[in-house]
Amino acid sequence: MTPSALLQVEHLTMRFGGLVAVDDVSFSVAQGAIHALIGPNGAGKTTVFNCLTGFYKPSVGRITLNSPESQATFLLEQMDDFRIVREARVVRTFQNIRTFPKMSVLENLMVAQHNHLMRASGWTFLGLIGAPSFRHAEAASVERAEYWIDRTGLAEYADSEAGALPYGEQRRLEIARAMCCDPVLLCLDEPAAGLNPSETEQLSELIGYIRDHHHISVLLIEHDMSMVMGVSDHIVVLDYGQKIAEGTPEEVRNDPAVVQAYLGSDDETDNAADATT
Amino acid sequence: MRPPFASPLLRDAVLVAGIAGVLAFPFVGLLLTTQGTAPTLSARFPEFAGAVVLIFFGRLGISAARRGHILFPIVLGVVMATVGAFSLLFETTGMAADSAAPWHAFVPGTFLATVASAGGVAIAVVAGRNHLLRDSVPVARKPLPMKQLLLWTGVALAGVAIVLPLLPAVDRRLIDVATLVLTYVMLGWGLNIVVGLAGLLDLGYVAFYAVGAYSYALLSVTFGWSFWVCLPLAGALAALFGILLGFPVLRLRGDYLAIVTLGFGEMIRIILLNWYDFTNGPDGISNIGRPSFFGFQFAAKPAEGTESFHTLFGIAYDPVHRLIFLYYLILALALLTNAFTLRIRRLPVGRAWEALREDEIACRSLGVNPRNTKLSAFAIGAMFAGFAGSFFATRQGFVSPESFTFIESAILVAIVVLGGMGSQIGVAVAAIILVGLPEYFRELQEYRMLAFGMGMVLIMLWRPGGLLTHREPTIRTRSQPASA
Repeated sequence: MTPSALLQVEHLTMRFGGLVAVDDVSFSVAQGAIHALIGPNGAGKTTVFNCLTGFYKPSVGRITLNSPESQATFLLEQMDDFRIVREARVVRTFQNIRTFPKMSVLENLMVAQHNHLMRASGWTFLGLIGAPSFRHAEAASVERAEYWIDRTGLAEYADSEAGALPYGEQRRLEIARAMCCDPVLLCLDEPAAGLNPSETEQLSELIGYIRDHHHISVLLIEHDMSMVMGVSDHIVVLDYGQKIAEGTPEEVRNDPAVVQAYLGSDDETDNAADATT
Repeated sequence: MRPPFASPLLRDAVLVAGIAGVLAFPFVGLLLTTQGTAPTLSARFPEFAGAVVLIFFGRLGISAARRGHILFPIVLGVVMATVGAFSLLFETTGMAADSAAPWHAFVPGTFLATVASAGGVAIAVVAGRNHLLRDSVPVARKPLPMKQLLLWTGVALAGVAIVLPLLPAVDRRLIDVATLVLTYVMLGWGLNIVVGLAGLLDLGYVAFYAVGAYSYALLSVTFGWSFWVCLPLAGALAALFGILLGFPVLRLRGDYLAIVTLGFGEMIRIILLNWYDFTNGPDGISNIGRPSFFGFQFAAKPAEGTESFHTLFGIAYDPVHRLIFLYYLILALALLTNAFTLRIRRLPVGRAWEALREDEIACRSLGVNPRNTKLSAFAIGAMFAGFAGSFFATRQGFVSPESFTFIESAILVAIVVLGGMGSQIGVAVAAIILVGLPEYFRELQEYRMLAFGMGMVLIMLWRPGGLLTHREPTIRTRSQPASA
């Protein structure tokens, strides 16, 4: 937990009634790095994401974001979901795709720039009278959207309905849309789910590009181990809501606790009983 | 060649006619009348038999046409249409009553005769079309240039609306009906912002209409302010109510939102009914200021020292002047609503409304504040209802809670849903169909509601998404041609 960390999660705990979904998890995300959050199904990975992005209010814990540009510090556990995006600029995607299906790809990306455009349109009043300042801001937003449309290979779909896109393209659209929010931390929830190997390869390149050329930190939940091991700088492993390992891909791969969580061990029944109590 | 009377067709038609017979016996075959005080049940065998026979032949014709037969369904259709048309002619001219016209026995009743003639034509047309398309290779149908089509339809509709009162054939009654239709078009466009764009199913929209009408009435009667002062105030008050009623329902969606807004609609009406000191209760508010033509009254005898509309222009007094003025007033208000909606759809707030309709969670994950976005939709939708309410008050010169019942909200939601959620022209067409036609054909009495119901069923069968479901993106990339 270096002081220069972008995001610090300390003692994060999330209880749903008697169920402890996330139990005292601490980790940090460095500036400009790709971090992965892995673990078997039901380990609490998405719950951690929901806490980070304000969709859940954690039962215990502190989540601190040190904004690299404004030098401001945000306590994410105290903020509403939409304020986390607007002010702290932590943006997420979803495990089950959530585009705006009846709107075009470009419109999806314009909605992502809503707050910026709302200010530019003078909370609609300047926009209604067609003020030049708004038109310039809108043109700039379209340009930004087109940049990400090209980056994610959606150029031929730019003006078609998002809901009509093939599955892999919808996944990429979600990433493009998140990038249009101008994030400092991008949280991707299983971005490779349902993609074929070549699409997964493209996705890895895209995530690497986002880190290298835009210096944006990425926090990734993923089950595709070859992808995780390939792109991640740092991996956190969760099992039954607890952090069981952390380190570089190499360290994690050889960690006996990780191997046991994924493959099981001889005394598996005992372990399972311990973990649920 | 197969005989046209292939037996499956016949069996199918007999079966359908049998089902129709079972259903039609209580609905059509029995007539409950009141003679004196005692209700008596009488049989209507001709109507019953007519309906069953009609269904038999109709089903036979439809199935035959569907299977690609040509001669038989066309002959059947033409015969049906001829018989129907003749009996319609006899019925309406009263000849059936005094002569033993043989047609009467076949197709009794105006309604059945209409169905017979229309159905016969439809069967013949479908059979002919199927025959012509029989050999054609199915080609990928070229997508219609919907954008241009909608634009020109809109321009044509607006053009008709603008010249309508000036046409020689147009009488007072048509102007009255057109004014009513335009009021609903405007309300439909206002509700379209809330339901069609923001996806918030509001079943109590009439509440804001009522707030607008009462605000206008009270301001006008109490302070004697003119229409042009009261109109924006009434709109602002309605918008305020939109925000007030919007706050408690922010977390509700779909069915729950519909139920709560329905409750709000009724609450407003009941408050208006019971707060006697303020709203005059069920007696309503009368003597509401009439609109003036920029200060010139529409009066036969202007007050001393003032000029009236007809003296200003040096024309003879005609009470229809005021009706025409009211017509143009609501037309201008409606077009304003339309222009506003078309414009705001392209602004960030409009796109946020549509995004909210599509997926609220995704909206929040992109930093869109759902509270402000929803409240702005409620407020702006309510504002237009307030404007329409002001117009209603000034047109009637009288408001009472009776005018703001739930059925008004229901009709408005039906207009928006039927028109195709979010489609401006669809809403206008639906308002004409749902309000204009039933109003204009009022003398057809119960048939008009029957046709209303039938129309609804047909639209739900053929176009479950509404009349016009086409949606044009609000913004396009520059690199691609606009017609793509």
